[in-house]
Amino acid sequence: MSIDIDTARKVAHLARIRVQEDDLPALARELSGILGFMEQLNEVDVTGIEPMVSVTPMRLARRADVVTDGNIQEQVLKNAPDAREGFFAVPKVVE
Amino acid sequence: MSAPMSNANTWTIAAAREALRKGEISAVDLTMACLTAIDAGDGLNAFVHKTPEIALEQARAADARLAAGDAPSMCGIPLGIKDLFCTKGVPSQAASNILRGFRPEYESTVTTRLFDAGAVMLGKLNMDEFAMGSSNETSTYGNAVSPWRRGNDTTALTPGGSSGGSAAAVAADLCLAATGTDTGGSIRQPAAFTGIVGIKPTYGRVSRWGIVAFASSLDQAGPMTKTVRDAAIFLQAMAGHDPKDSTSADLPVPDFEAALTGDIRGKKIGIPREYRLDGIPAEIDALWQRGIEMLRDAGAEIVDISLPHTKYALPAYYVIAPAEASSNLARYDGVRYGHRATLSAGEGIVDMYEKTRAEGFGKEVQRRVMIGTYVLSAGFYDAYYNRARKVRALIKRDFELAFAAGIDSILTPATPSAAFGLGEMASADPVEMYLNDVFTVTVNLAGLPGISVPVGLDAKGLPLGLQLIGRPWEEGDLLNHAYVLERAAGFVSKPAKWW
Repeated sequence: MSIDIDTARKVAHLARIRVQEDDLPALARELSGILGFMEQLNEVDVTGIEPMVSVTPMRLARRADVVTDGNIQEQVLKNAPDAREGFFAVPKVVE
Repeated sequence: MSAPMSNANTWTIAAAREALRKGEISAVDLTMACLTAIDAGDGLNAFVHKTPEIALEQARAADARLAAGDAPSMCGIPLGIKDLFCTKGVPSQAASNILRGFRPEYESTVTTRLFDAGAVMLGKLNMDEFAMGSSNETSTYGNAVSPWRRGNDTTALTPGGSSGGSAAAVAADLCLAATGTDTGGSIRQPAAFTGIVGIKPTYGRVSRWGIVAFASSLDQAGPMTKTVRDAAIFLQAMAGHDPKDSTSADLPVPDFEAALTGDIRGKKIGIPREYRLDGIPAEIDALWQRGIEMLRDAGAEIVDISLPHTKYALPAYYVIAPAEASSNLARYDGVRYGHRATLSAGEGIVDMYEKTRAEGFGKEVQRRVMIGTYVLSAGFYDAYYNRARKVRALIKRDFELAFAAGIDSILTPATPSAAFGLGEMASADPVEMYLNDVFTVTVNLAGLPGISVPVGLDAKGLPLGLQLIGRPWEEGDLLNHAYVLERAAGFVSKPAKWW
């Protein structure tokens, strides 16, 4: 599977990473090279094998569905690039 | 500080523990020796955020505990902390521009445990950005530099990666030991490149809470130390169940140091034939053979084994790790923390995401996030991601069959070469750099413990290491095998000081 320029543009958008139009051909080549390396996996017979979910056979721990944390608004917002009136501020989303 | 103690930064944890308990040195003086070495070691670019005030405050507290007779093994021991660990109020950037200025409001479980045990934090250590790299060349802080050189050749060499700053700092005696993390070899490869010991514990042994996530099903933290005994002492203080990490194992942590009996008579050491790769330098093969003889001489039984899916480990890893990374790194969106791009008039929130991430992430991180996005996208999920997870199950089964047949541990080379020069791989294909992990990724995919032990020098005078792979949860046994290998190898070389 080789990645063309349109696919590279689409992947970059899905990943929400701005890539300049001039840089797309090189990106497509690089991604194609890496995918080519992954093609080796097609040599393996995986019939009847379940995809691994957890490397250690363990059940995820459960706990009571209760509030264990909170009332730390100031700490939550402390590192925000733009926090106003107790909220994260972002550019207008809805017209 | 009295003169004979001025080299205390070169001590092992075990030696420092004894000297501290006997009152032969104070934690403050020990810490001062390291802080002095760190300031003299700026040319290595290992410590990227120094925290001398925190260190001295912690050292004074450790001295008070020592005086009161309440001194756990790590009490007063000065450490370097990889930048991937969130440390409260101290920059924790994962060596990424996107986390510039980020000061966590919380402390990772590992550093909490270490500080509770009395350990001292000297500062944060350089690494590859988001732990993605094998040479510390993807860091926003610039390259960390190995203290080792090829004889009189002044070419700057890589300390390995991603825990390159940790490796350089320990090898150059800027600290007694350092934390590292290992997703595909990021503790073991830099340890091998710099002549130190590094252990990646069994997946789930050490809490991942508060460590910036790369690939959650593969990431494990572990110690990087000067000796195997130090690795046992240090790991003891890091390990244990943590309710805040749902993959943390609720299992008792055995006494790792007590496991160092030096007796491996009758143990079965597996030698996997698939690790004999074409094109590997003869020196690496010779080193491996020497290691085999050392363990045989110690009374172990050497057994040829087969791990037939080994050659598919790297491609499986480079599907699974980027897939998980693309998901984990989705949180860096310029909203809650870190960098946010400046927007032009009329630009909206999608522009903010795209510009923020283009400016904040370096090239290798962008590449892996995009690969991960692609293999998880509709239409390719089964072909790449699910297939890789099936191959991962087969790789794990290879190891299970070997252990079921009575193998106690497995001996392999740690790396396919000695350290290379910084910039030497610049024109290489990304896949060529990935080959550095060829002997180490299998261990992460199978969730097993693995340790790198320095065993010899190559013809140019650079360290070479061997890797031992253990049964799950048997770090004690694994450390004991490594201890035997360490004693037999008698590796005592140190880099000649040029920095």
